Amino acid sequence: MKLKPVAAGLIAAFAVSFAYADINVGVTVSATGPAASLGIPEKNTFALMPTTIAGQKINYIILDDASDTTSAVKNIRKFVTEDKVDVVVGSTITPNSLAMIDVAAEAETPMISMAASSRIVDTSNPKVKWVFKTPQNDVQMSSAIVESMLANKVQTVGFIGFADAYGEGWYNEFSKIAEARNLKIVASERYNRGDTSVTGQVLKIMAARPDAVLVAGAGTPAALPQKTLKERGYSGLYYQTHGVANKDFIRVCGADCEGTLLPAGPVLVAAQLPDSNPIKKVAMDYTNKYEATYGKGTTSTFGAHAADAVNLLAHAIPVALKTAKPGTKEFRAALRDAIEGLKDVTNAHGIVNMSPTDHLGFDQRSRVMVKIESGAWKLQ
Amino acid sequence: MDLQIALLLGQDGIVNGAIYALLALALVLVFAVTRIIFIPQGEFVAFGALTLASFQVGRVPGTLWLLVGLGVLVAVVEIGIATRNGTLRRLVSALTWNVAYPAVAAIIILLGEPGTWPLVVQVAAALALVVPLGPMVYRLVYQPLQSASVLVLLIVSVAVHLALVGLGLLFFGAEGSRTTPFSDARLDVGGVVVTGQALWVVGASAVLIVVLYVFFERSLWGKALRATAINRTGARLMGISTTQAGKLSFALAAAIGAASGILIAPITTVYYDTGFMIGLKGFVGAIVGGLASYPVAAGGAVLVGLLESYSSFWASAFKEVIVFTVIIPVLVWRSLTTRHVEEEE
Repeated sequence: MKLKPVAAGLIAAFAVSFAYADINVGVTVSATGPAASLGIPEKNTFALMPTTIAGQKINYIILDDASDTTSAVKNIRKFVTEDKVDVVVGSTITPNSLAMIDVAAEAETPMISMAASSRIVDTSNPKVKWVFKTPQNDVQMSSAIVESMLANKVQTVGFIGFADAYGEGWYNEFSKIAEARNLKIVASERYNRGDTSVTGQVLKIMAARPDAVLVAGAGTPAALPQKTLKERGYSGLYYQTHGVANKDFIRVCGADCEGTLLPAGPVLVAAQLPDSNPIKKVAMDYTNKYEATYGKGTTSTFGAHAADAVNLLAHAIPVALKTAKPGTKEFRAALRDAIEGLKDVTNAHGIVNMSPTDHLGFDQRSRVMVKIESGAWKLQ
Repeated sequence: MDLQIALLLGQDGIVNGAIYALLALALVLVFAVTRIIFIPQGEFVAFGALTLASFQVGRVPGTLWLLVGLGVLVAVVEIGIATRNGTLRRLVSALTWNVAYPAVAAIIILLGEPGTWPLVVQVAAALALVVPLGPMVYRLVYQPLQSASVLVLLIVSVAVHLALVGLGLLFFGAEGSRTTPFSDARLDVGGVVVTGQALWVVGASAVLIVVLYVFFERSLWGKALRATAINRTGARLMGISTTQAGKLSFALAAAIGAASGILIAPITTVYYDTGFMIGLKGFVGAIVGGLASYPVAAGGAVLVGLLESYSSFWASAFKEVIVFTVIIPVLVWRSLTTRHVEEEE
């Protein structure tokens, strides 16, 4: 009697492993933990993605890595050993994505990260042959900020960022470009995402009297330094990073964030882009699809990174199918080659031109400067 | 650093320290009465603040469903016990508190429009939702483990903490919230601007501490709690129910936590997991007091607030390192100066 469920289980297992015509996509997102505000819209996005590409059924296997590096590695190991996926998408954040590179290279499975750091696609590392990503590099966003500051005749800058990889990454990129352009950083402070007060840091920045302040934080925690600066009467220019590009930031920061400048992916202000911009159509399609399901004004740039990853696959899979069958080692290699060969693919965040030395493929069209005006994002 | 900056930092440190002091008192109270190191203390801070924030944007807070859910669980447990022992009278009281009360709360909040209520009523409603969670958690999780060792209770506390943080993410989402301040007043004291909300925090903390003092010194319940803290067996022989004492201490801890959350929500952004860090800093204060002395714990907590404030000015990247490293010299000093008496367990 007891054998029955076992037999049924075996049959089910075989049924799964023989259904190799399907393309399996392993997705690991940080839907809980500190990066949840980025991971949740990404997870939501996969529910809206096409389930067939080039006539092949696509299975998304979505796991949560709780913003934790160990879990992310565990997830990708499960994808490549148990689920035998053809491609991995994830993770949401840089530390997780960096840790996953080894497994992707070892299993010879292409991986598309949704995290920001340029180190993820540093092609001088041979393992990165298998790794691609969809979000803009910090360096692209930093240069946009520096240009905007110079245009506004800013000479001295105060910097306050997260005391983690995000803040440090920004400081490194930003200080390099700022130095090259003769912009002086007069104060550099750190704070933690969960801090209840940043008075000390803010007082130190104000004592240095910078022309502008750059807050390098992500999501609603980036509102605290700006609110404290306003409360203490700082009257210079305020800059934020693209990490704050969601509706909750404006909700929490309120009137204190009026006039704040930030760089962002074009999808944030899709409706304001000129019709001649090819990104507008793709970005609007994504926005409309997302808001139809999750409500008006809910789109964030983070979810669009997930949509962009699927868009890359939608362009690469038909090419890979010409040489191999899904579920095989040859297919994974063909898919990798196909992604690396993508040219002029229009994503919601920009136009992609991949090459063996550029696994991101974005140019200047992938970012715009945005100003917060009466509680909304305004294209500059 | 000039005098003005020093004063501003001092003011900021005292405001944060006042909140840490409240949490330190709650931690000492719970530990003294029940021997539980109450790690989930911080979650009540987040629940209090975010419940109020939910009311203000006109949403039904998830804590309401937590209250209803825990109430039903407690009722099931109590009915099971009552049918075995035939103690009906206790059952009636348990059902009133765990089924009828959450049901009434749910009806009022679902039918009323919390978004339109005045601030005072919203605060009262937030407290009314969050405070009963304390005794319910005690009844479900800790009461069956009353005589377990401190280590088991600590492990269970970690589990409760993780469960409550997960529920917090489910109820309130990953992004933070702020509430409207109690007062927009700004006072200029010797060139230093003091906000009305900062005065509220310090004032309310002071009042709460005095109320707690009077409660423990003058009221019968407070004396019963103290007796339980000093000697559990002795207190039981005198007819004090340690179960009731445990529930009462959890209700007080939840009330202190929720009140702290409501006080800080207008001056900082509160997230579903903010409470843990605040609770930990309260815990550092409580450790300074050896988890036994209320005044030393409160003093230690204010010290933590000041240390945090000044170190965020001098070395912001190492702020947490500095604050938590304080524990080491304090523990060394305490282990050298106090004679440790092995407690019977």
